[in-house]
Amino acid sequence: MSDETTILLCIATPLAGAVLIAITGSRPNLREAVTLVTAGVVFGLVASLFPQVLDGGRPAAIMGEMLPGLAIAFEVEPLGMMFAGIASFLWIVTSVYSIGYMRGHHEHNQTRFYIYFAVAIASAVGVAFAANMMTLFVFYEVLTLSTFPLVTHHGTDEAKRAGRVYLGILLGTSIGLQFIAVIWTWTLAGTLDFTEGGILRDKASPAVVGVLLALYVFGIGKAAVMPFHRWLPAAMVAPTPVSALLHAVAVVKAGVFTVLKVIVYIFGFDFLAQVASGNWLLYVSGFTIVAASVVALRSDNLKRRLAYSTVSQLSYVIMAAAILTPLSAMGAALHIATHAFGKITLFFCAGSILVASHKTLVSELDGIGRRMPWTMAAFAIGAFSMIGIPPTVGFVSKWYILRAAMEAEQTFAAAVIVLSTLLNAGYFLPIVYAAFFRAAPAEPATAGGPALGAEVGNGGLPRNHGHRREGHGEAPLTVVLALTVSAAGILFLFFFPDLPFALARQLAGVAG
Amino acid sequence: MDVLGLFNYWIVIVLMMIGFYIVISHGNLVKKVVGLNVFQVSVFVFFISMSKVRGGTAPILEEGIEVYSNPLPHVLILTAIVVGVATTALALGLVVRIRDAYGTIEADEIIEPEEDGA
Amino acid sequence: MIAAHLPALQVVVPLISAPLCLLLRRPGAAWTVALAVSWFALAVALSLLIEVSIGGPVSYPIGDWAAPWGIEYRVDQVGALVLVIVTAIGAVVMPFAGASVAHEIASDRAYLFYTMYLLCLTGLLGIAITGDVFNLFVFLEISSLSSYVLISMGQDRRALTAAYNYLVMGTVGATFYVIGVGMMYMMTGTLNMADLATRLPAVADTRTILMALAFLTVGLSLKLALFPLHTWLPNAYTYAPSVVTAFLAATATKVAVYAFIRVYFTVFGEVDLFEIAPMVPILMVLALAGMFVGSAVAIFQNNLKRMLAYSSIAQIGYMVLGLSFASVTGLAGGIIHLFNHALMKSALFLALGCVVLRLGTVHIDGLRGLGRRMPLTMAAFVVGGLSLIGVPLTVGFISKWYLVQAALEKGWWPIAGLIVLSSLLAVIYVWRVVEIAYFRPAPEGSAAVEEAPIFMLAPTWIMAGASIYFGIDATATLEVARGAAEFLIKGAP
Repeated sequence: MSDETTILLCIATPLAGAVLIAITGSRPNLREAVTLVTAGVVFGLVASLFPQVLDGGRPAAIMGEMLPGLAIAFEVEPLGMMFAGIASFLWIVTSVYSIGYMRGHHEHNQTRFYIYFAVAIASAVGVAFAANMMTLFVFYEVLTLSTFPLVTHHGTDEAKRAGRVYLGILLGTSIGLQFIAVIWTWTLAGTLDFTEGGILRDKASPAVVGVLLALYVFGIGKAAVMPFHRWLPAAMVAPTPVSALLHAVAVVKAGVFTVLKVIVYIFGFDFLAQVASGNWLLYVSGFTIVAASVVALRSDNLKRRLAYSTVSQLSYVIMAAAILTPLSAMGAALHIATHAFGKITLFFCAGSILVASHKTLVSELDGIGRRMPWTMAAFAIGAFSMIGIPPTVGFVSKWYILRAAMEAEQTFAAAVIVLSTLLNAGYFLPIVYAAFFRAAPAEPATAGGPALGAEVGNGGLPRNHGHRREGHGEAPLTVVLALTVSAAGILFLFFFPDLPFALARQLAGVAG
Repeated sequence: MDVLGLFNYWIVIVLMMIGFYIVISHGNLVKKVVGLNVFQVSVFVFFISMSKVRGGTAPILEEGIEVYSNPLPHVLILTAIVVGVATTALALGLVVRIRDAYGTIEADEIIEPEEDGA
Repeated sequence: MIAAHLPALQVVVPLISAPLCLLLRRPGAAWTVALAVSWFALAVALSLLIEVSIGGPVSYPIGDWAAPWGIEYRVDQVGALVLVIVTAIGAVVMPFAGASVAHEIASDRAYLFYTMYLLCLTGLLGIAITGDVFNLFVFLEISSLSSYVLISMGQDRRALTAAYNYLVMGTVGATFYVIGVGMMYMMTGTLNMADLATRLPAVADTRTILMALAFLTVGLSLKLALFPLHTWLPNAYTYAPSVVTAFLAATATKVAVYAFIRVYFTVFGEVDLFEIAPMVPILMVLALAGMFVGSAVAIFQNNLKRMLAYSSIAQIGYMVLGLSFASVTGLAGGIIHLFNHALMKSALFLALGCVVLRLGTVHIDGLRGLGRRMPLTMAAFVVGGLSLIGVPLTVGFISKWYLVQAALEKGWWPIAGLIVLSSLLAVIYVWRVVEIAYFRPAPEGSAAVEEAPIFMLAPTWIMAGASIYFGIDATATLEVARGAAEFLIKGAP
């Protein structure tokens, strides 16, 4: 199979899968088999490109011109390879997870869910492989639109409101700012191809570069740089698999990936460092890291806490990129991978808790580790990775970013990393502690005061307002399986980080 | 400037403004049509009078005729008159149907609430 | 040689088939004639476009009277593109008309509808093809008079007042145009566009020509509904029969924009128009005001036809904005938006036509839960809506791209900002409909609703599909638009 066919198939397969899912929608088993097979095939296709990219090859495909001089074109470079690899691998894991979750949680419209999921993956791969900024922008927007029905899946008023925020911010920033930035780049440079060393050198004054960078960074709303981060917590009304894969991996990573891509291949590290009008980015992302961590610390809703943690972690990538050294580029790329595994594990756990016990608040999790040992063990691993404790992979990327900050003598960045690590520990460790070391409340505390006769209520009837199942155990098997795999991935990547390293090194080579 | 020498244009302007004023200010739909007609006629006069050449005759090919008026605008205005008649007929037709539907031809009286379920 | 007479056939065939419909009287027969003529006209327009693209402008003297004395039909790239737009819309709308007209217009009047439709088509094609400014007026009135009649055929009695108001304003507009033509004739002694273009520069400084320009601008702006001369449009679109709205929204204002482009870039092509009068700021401000006012008012409409009508006013603003840049990119952006907007607006209005057929209403509350009950219709509506917003992979994206690029090329980045800002307003009004249709349950006890018949769905989806297709591969349309813009800016030969 030629490279061109492989690349196009990477995008076409999930779309074909979506069609098949629609056709087989009335038979859930078959439908889910289709999802799994499609996910497997996509990962196989993406993986088949790995060796070539590792050897320095750049497989490419051109689909034809959209506007005169501007083609829909694809080119696989290390960063895109990494992003596509992560997204397609985790799609398999998430599909396994979704099957247990969606059935265990009795969600409606499951067919629609799987269809749009497949479309979202297709567009995420499109973003990853885009060879020019316009192609990227097109898939970026398709990603926004295809995830909208997933965010609003429940169809409730709350989902509708969240959908408004989601679409309002993502479309507003991308059309309002990014679109202008893209066309401006086009008029300045006469090309939008991602080129090593950037395309704007000698074509834009420092002031213009500063404005353009701002248009890009804020226009890429998916990167959730404050003040355009609100959509991410809002999107948490979605079913957990959506939060897990899309709002911890595909969508948000598409955001930071795009920022990284723009900085490396549109501006070019050297050029940006030379004109020095992009330094503000360091401070904006640093602020986002700390501020989001503080909000996370104060959120009782588990998914909301995870969402703000994501906002904060995304800005790690952006801050790393803003340090503008080869080492920092490497750290940024690695962090995309490590955060993906860490955060998806955490979301899987949150979903698992929800399915098994219908609990959504951090304060309700006391003692849950004994009932759900697998889930909470995985949660602990994910949390360690977020904080950056070895032997989890989160340590690796944080290490590189910190080293880059030190070497570049960016005291601010280093301080932010240290501070936020403390904050991360502050909002993750209590959960782990409570889950394993606190006694479970036999009866959830009522507003009236501490529950009396705790032991007596243990075998009592479920409370009428909720579906709390006090006698719950672990979540469905596929759910546990998926979160175990992703947690194992966190540990595995710490000991065998060759593949992401090889790709990140190549990127660093480009950036340097 | 020769103010009086341009008297035809003055007439055109006066007619035009009268017609326009009627169209804008009158609520009676038939009067609006009349105003529209006056407005159009002023343009006809404008075209016809501008093509008149002083001392010229009708443009008929005959011995001894050297100076004649420009016939083209006259022809154009024939067309425009036809268009004007068609417009008037259609407008009056609409007014008749509006009267059937609403029972009045006063613009003020046929205003309906804007919010609708149509 | 029949091929040599294509320009004449383009106009004459619809013209003579109009009375034929009148004589046939039977709705089915009249529909067949109208359908056949529409497709024939499309074939002619396409062959003209190909001919023009290869061999340059085609000139056709009517009755063999040589220009500038006789009337000249002249087809160049812009004209051919507009011909294709108009005929294509007609060809797609006509299959739809069969069912829709039977539903909305009394069967004893249906033949009159087809007669008027053909006359309207004649007028619109004539405007696009003629090379004579007075002849343009005649065709303008043919199309306008027939569209007044078409609008008045709406079910609601307010259609009558809407048609009447349109008639008054349209006639004033046309008369203004004639005054402008008369003044140009006074100064140059010619009515042929190409001839005018060569003679105008000599007298461009006179007050008469300045007045002529003013009258022409105001007159045509009335016809194309440029803000603030748009007041006739919302009612006319709202109360006209669905087919009429779809057809007129996609063609009538577009052709008026075309006439505007003709006057500005062909007739006044050799004059440095933007020197003798402050036309750039005037047009630009009006266009921007239209974009914002149209979109903002659209947000508050509960009648969806009216909402789309206001959206049209905004979209016309985009077109005028494009040509007010007076650069190749800007003009190309205006022309491409003319084409693109015709596609998306007709898709939207056709989808509403399907809704009217099944529900009898286009009030926003009536659409509750319609996303499930008429999935294909609403999907087409969403595609059209996304295109209005300017989402990638739809035609709207291409238009916005070109307009923003034109603004940035001139360094007018605030204008670029305003363009995208106003397209974000479109998000609001499109999403209102999406939320109602997809998130609200159908009203209790409402009758079962099924999808529209295939004859109506197919045209709707042809238009929706075209607004996706030309959004993905815009090279062909842009080549034509760019070619046309370059041709116009560099001046007619």
